[in-house]
Amino acid sequence: MRRAEIITALLMAGLSIYLMVKSAELPIGWIPGEGPGGGFWPFWLAAFMLGSIIWVIVNWFRRKSPPSQSEEPYLDAYGMKMFLLVGGGITGMIALVDIIGMHLAAAVFLIYYIRFLGGHSWKVTLGVALPTPVVTFLFFDIALRKFLPTGFMDPLYIPLYDFFL
Amino acid sequence: MELIGLLSDGFLVAFEPLNLGLIVLGVVVGLFVGAMPGLGSVNGVAILLPMTFLVPPASAIMFLAALYYGAMYGGAISSITLGIPGASTAVATTFDGRPLAMQGEADKALIAAALASFAGGTISIVLFTLFAPPLASVALDFGDPEIFALMILAFATFVGLSGDDIAKTVFSICIGMVMSAIGFDIISGEPRLVLFDLIGFQSKINFLVLAIGIYGIGEMMWTIEVSRGETMMSKVTVSVERVMGNLKIIWGTWKAWFMGSVLGFFVGILPAAGATPGSLMAYGVAKMTSREPQMFGKGAVEGVVAPEAANNAASTGSMLPMLTLGIPGSPTTAVLLGGMVIWGLQPGPRLFVTETDFVWGLIASLYAANLFAVIINIAFIPLFLWFLRTPFTILAPLIFVLSMVGGFASTERMFDVWLMLILGVGGYLMRKLDYPVAPAVLAIVLGPIAEPALRQSLLISSGDVMVFFNRPISGPIMIIALILLFMPAFQVVWRRIRGKKPMAG
Repeated sequence: MRRAEIITALLMAGLSIYLMVKSAELPIGWIPGEGPGGGFWPFWLAAFMLGSIIWVIVNWFRRKSPPSQSEEPYLDAYGMKMFLLVGGGITGMIALVDIIGMHLAAAVFLIYYIRFLGGHSWKVTLGVALPTPVVTFLFFDIALRKFLPTGFMDPLYIPLYDFFL
Repeated sequence: MELIGLLSDGFLVAFEPLNLGLIVLGVVVGLFVGAMPGLGSVNGVAILLPMTFLVPPASAIMFLAALYYGAMYGGAISSITLGIPGASTAVATTFDGRPLAMQGEADKALIAAALASFAGGTISIVLFTLFAPPLASVALDFGDPEIFALMILAFATFVGLSGDDIAKTVFSICIGMVMSAIGFDIISGEPRLVLFDLIGFQSKINFLVLAIGIYGIGEMMWTIEVSRGETMMSKVTVSVERVMGNLKIIWGTWKAWFMGSVLGFFVGILPAAGATPGSLMAYGVAKMTSREPQMFGKGAVEGVVAPEAANNAASTGSMLPMLTLGIPGSPTTAVLLGGMVIWGLQPGPRLFVTETDFVWGLIASLYAANLFAVIINIAFIPLFLWFLRTPFTILAPLIFVLSMVGGFASTERMFDVWLMLILGVGGYLMRKLDYPVAPAVLAIVLGPIAEPALRQSLLISSGDVMVFFNRPISGPIMIIALILLFMPAFQVVWRRIRGKKPMAG
């Protein structure tokens, strides 16, 4: 935990400096007749971010905050496994959207999670994974007219749109 | 008299068939969301907000407010039967609710919780009805310096009262504000903070991207990691005779739930405080003033009714600054406020003038939601217990899917879905290191209001920051904010002085 605390703080310090530099692309000072420039607000906020991170780093050196005292691992074996399997699964689902579309990607993800991570029966898995895309399609694409991405599966949806809309 | 007229008009709006249906649906969904460990009102409201685009804005917000209410009721169900709070707001309910359940009196605890929630809800809505119009009429005179001072006060409460690491709280507030500044300068319209020169950052980050990321993805990952163990569900026997018997006992605890309601309402108004500390404080006060304080923690009914009345009252309290000042009193109301902006309603005191039907309809809907929540809660206790048996390995992936679909539907850009994932995972990893996430969500909603208020104020005063201090309303607000900001420092000094005294003596 202690190492994670300092690594995160250093990364956030870097982010703060980057945001300060980026904000300074617009005027950060006073423009006569217009008041503070466009970069003024984010620049000073990013400066406060940097200041607070320096405070976190000082606390780390002085071992003042609980994470800076903790010798426990940041993610233990179970935590790491879950993080990779769940986080990886969600990333995979979003990556699949461009290929097979959002509805089918959701179904694939549900099968992966419920059957393989959850260890449920195929009956339960398919009982959840198959109706979900149908419901999301009817709710979003048809009722709300918010067309979710279909990827390369576009031809499959044309007759459905023709039928419902 | 005028108040009663406005409220009756509100009831006419709330009782329109669509609105009434949505209020009942909101309460039911809220009860489930609240009962499910790991899911609270804010998760429900954030994830379901994109679904409400189907109905008119006023109906949508009534649905979400009813969900908020239902979740406050629902939290107690799992606190009592599983011993795990359904939401952080129901933590205090476990202290005595769980022991009661272990003694075979889960039904007494559940009914006590439901009735206390009803009392808390009712008392707080009456307070809300009385306080909101005068507060809104005072707020109508607010100029930019007052608005900015209020923003500072809202964030100062996080620093002074939340009890989180102060440096990390400040970081969380600032990063939320910077995120709200991405896209373009709201005054000159020039592109601003186009991070890594990505086209996706040329427009604003929708607050829902952050809210769903944090509360849909981040919090689920957190719950999956934390809730590793199996849980034991207590048996519940419900019968009409038992209900009647319990009613008498619960009525006898009126002092605890009445105090809880009033305390909860006022604590709920503060942005950083809200329902969780409100219910813990109510528990503490109930214990202090009880005739049998030794029974607390061992199954005292007072220990259930006080926090439950308080958390419902706090949820109403947090809507007071949201509707009258445009400043959310809790993360859930922050999401509601963001939703109002999407729906084209400008939050703030003007709502009471320009959108009278909406405001009073919403207030009336709270009365209705409260009544439906208590009836549905008590009538369907067995159904909620059955639902609580749904394995998290089925619920979690469904929430991830809803988050992705809802995140896309709110902006219709895949870029935002990726951003939501990054913010959600980032939020989870930061939260493990005690960085609080709620201030960032509030900040991304309030940032676009705070920035123009600051810049206009400075423009009026030609750059003199004293403009915030020498006006009759913004001055005292700023001073209270500064006291709150420096409160942790005062506490440190105070502790040192007190710590040194015995040594000196």
